[in-house]
Amino acid sequence: MAKIWVYAELHQGKLQPTALELMAKARELGDVEAVALGSGAKAAAATLGKHGAKTVHVNEDKAFDDFIAEPATDALAALHKAQAPDLILFGFTSDSRDVAGRLAARLGVGLISNAGDVVAKNGGFEAKVPYFGGAKVASMRANNKPAIILVRPKSFEASETGGTAEVKELAATIGAESRRAHIVERVTEASEKVKLEDAKVVISGGRGMGGPDNFPLLEALAGALGGAVGASRAVVDAGWVPYAMQVGQTGKSVRPGVYIAVGISGAMQHTVGMKASKIIIAINKDAEAPIMKMADLGVVGDALKIVPALTAAVKAKKG
Amino acid sequence: MKIVVTVKQVPDPNSVTVLESDNTLSRDKEVVLDPGDECGIEEGLQLKEAHGGEVILVSMGPERAKDAIRKGLSMGADRGVLISDPQLAGADALLTARALAAAIKPESPDIVICGTESYDGSTGMVPPMLAELLGVPQLTVAKKVEVDGSTIKIHRQTSDGYQVVEGAIPVLITVTAGIAEPRYASLKGIMAARSKEIKQIGLGDLGIERGEPAETIEGLTQAETRKAGSIIQDDGTAVDRIIQVLAEAKVI
Ligand SMILES: Cc1cc2nc3c(=O)[nH]c(=O)nc-3n(C[C@H](O)[C@H](O)[C@H](O)COP(=O)(O)OP(=O)(O)OC[C@H]3O[C@@H](n4cnc5c(N)ncnc54)[C@H](O)[C@@H]3O)c2cc1C
Ligand SMILES: Nc1ncnc2c1ncn2[C@@H]1O[C@H](COP(=O)(O)O)[C@@H](O)[C@H]1O
Repeated sequence: MAKIWVYAELHQGKLQPTALELMAKARELGDVEAVALGSGAKAAAATLGKHGAKTVHVNEDKAFDDFIAEPATDALAALHKAQAPDLILFGFTSDSRDVAGRLAARLGVGLISNAGDVVAKNGGFEAKVPYFGGAKVASMRANNKPAIILVRPKSFEASETGGTAEVKELAATIGAESRRAHIVERVTEASEKVKLEDAKVVISGGRGMGGPDNFPLLEALAGALGGAVGASRAVVDAGWVPYAMQVGQTGKSVRPGVYIAVGISGAMQHTVGMKASKIIIAINKDAEAPIMKMADLGVVGDALKIVPALTAAVKAKKG
Repeated sequence: MKIVVTVKQVPDPNSVTVLESDNTLSRDKEVVLDPGDECGIEEGLQLKEAHGGEVILVSMGPERAKDAIRKGLSMGADRGVLISDPQLAGADALLTARALAAAIKPESPDIVICGTESYDGSTGMVPPMLAELLGVPQLTVAKKVEVDGSTIKIHRQTSDGYQVVEGAIPVLITVTAGIAEPRYASLKGIMAARSKEIKQIGLGDLGIERGEPAETIEGLTQAETRKAGSIIQDDGTAVDRIIQVLAEAKVI
């Protein structure tokens, strides 16, 4: 059986959902061990066990919470030396990217990132990666041992199998030379009423909204529908809305019941983060915009007129 | 303060990409300096203006990547280094990072600035690899940077706000597009750039050999696409249609 590791990302003691999604896939590929580092690692180990981890390597040193990438890289490199896994799975998130890149360079192996799926093939592993603007999917064989593959969040559905992991203390010494990029403060900016990732309805605005002053139109609609507001990267980069609202390759992945894209063209980097939505509605003044080709309902018109009218109609319907 | 900014030349995001028979993206098209790296150059120039020093641009790519470097020089950077070698064609992230590290190390920079991810579909793996190979810490996804003596502090963008991250020079940072609006090159800047040095080096100069690629493309399939539904003009009934779809989806 192939030896698979899942890097189980923790944020301030909380196990991240991507870890459990990766567990679901890892179980199909071989014997799964997870690595959980930082506060909450032991509690996380119990959850990881229920999701199929046979062993969870834990270390609760606070250095893992407070310093970027280097402590985790040290711990993984040390464990790798002792265990030599065949495949290490990471989520394609900022924190995991930092660790995976550093680890790969330290081990002298390459990696494959932005994968949407992983399969076992010919005694090795193949990752499915969007290619050529997302129009195609490349099957990429990982040539290294360990293979290191980073998978986009929400690519797999987490599910419990029931089970108990053996918890092993991972011995790691985190020296001063790895305590260099120090997180000294954490600031929460988004006061989302409904969390974007969990919302049943997501209404996202793009450059077609014309300016930040028009985003309250989307918030009013979201309020009426009990949903959350998202955004394209173009408007985040322009400073109209905070990054926390960004949907897409470098933002959040969502799969709500209904996704309403307002004034968004539908670039591949946006659609990878929302195309798994059940129903997609697009409002765009350009009938040829790529988003129209994937929407269940595409409305050609001016968002600034349609959105307020829609909000009024939803409110009227709800009474 | 010595600042190195890594810059990449990428296919123009505003033009159409063509796929070659060997499944590589065609490079015979308009190319530009990566818009993300332009922000890196701007940040480097601002740090130089505040703290003095030198801004050096380092790129790996074909010879014409000199144009990307030249653009940064006309914005105000001091000199450039281009790593160019036929053997580097199709280099993966690790090989790219190894080549960049070998070229950057002798410069002993205080700060290395990279883009968070490059525009042509790459995924931000070069910077953490480069940081490891240079033996410096990485302060990533910065939307704000402050330097005070040998201390550097960034605001690191997170999914619900930001973290304040502190480190000591030397460091590598990656910057988001939101960090600084890149300046336009002035006519004077463009003229001055003509006489600025761009040193060109090959793999041999760096003592690097091309290793095995991390991955091999085994096949390409058409991506699963969602079928287009109906497209309607907003002729006054559009809101009713949307309401109908929302009702069918049971969200109202
Ligand atoms: C490495 C990388 C990562 C990226 N990651 C992301 C990501 O995570 N998320 C993301 O979203 N993007 C991402 N992008 C950017 C992406 O490629 C697009 O540039 C971006 O999604 C475009 O945003 P937009 O649709 O708002 O703007 P545009 O492409 O400018 O589209 C605006 C749309 O609004 C329409 N419009 C204009 N006025 C109106 C009106 N009055 N009413 C209705 N419609 C109107 C126009 O017809 C047009 O279709 C990434 C790019 C790169 C290179
Ligand atoms: N060939 C290259 N030459 C110079 N810098 C590069 C190169 N490739 C990547 N980089 C740097 O690394 C950043 C992230 O790129 P990537 O890892 O390819 O997404 C870019 O914004 C550049 O700053």
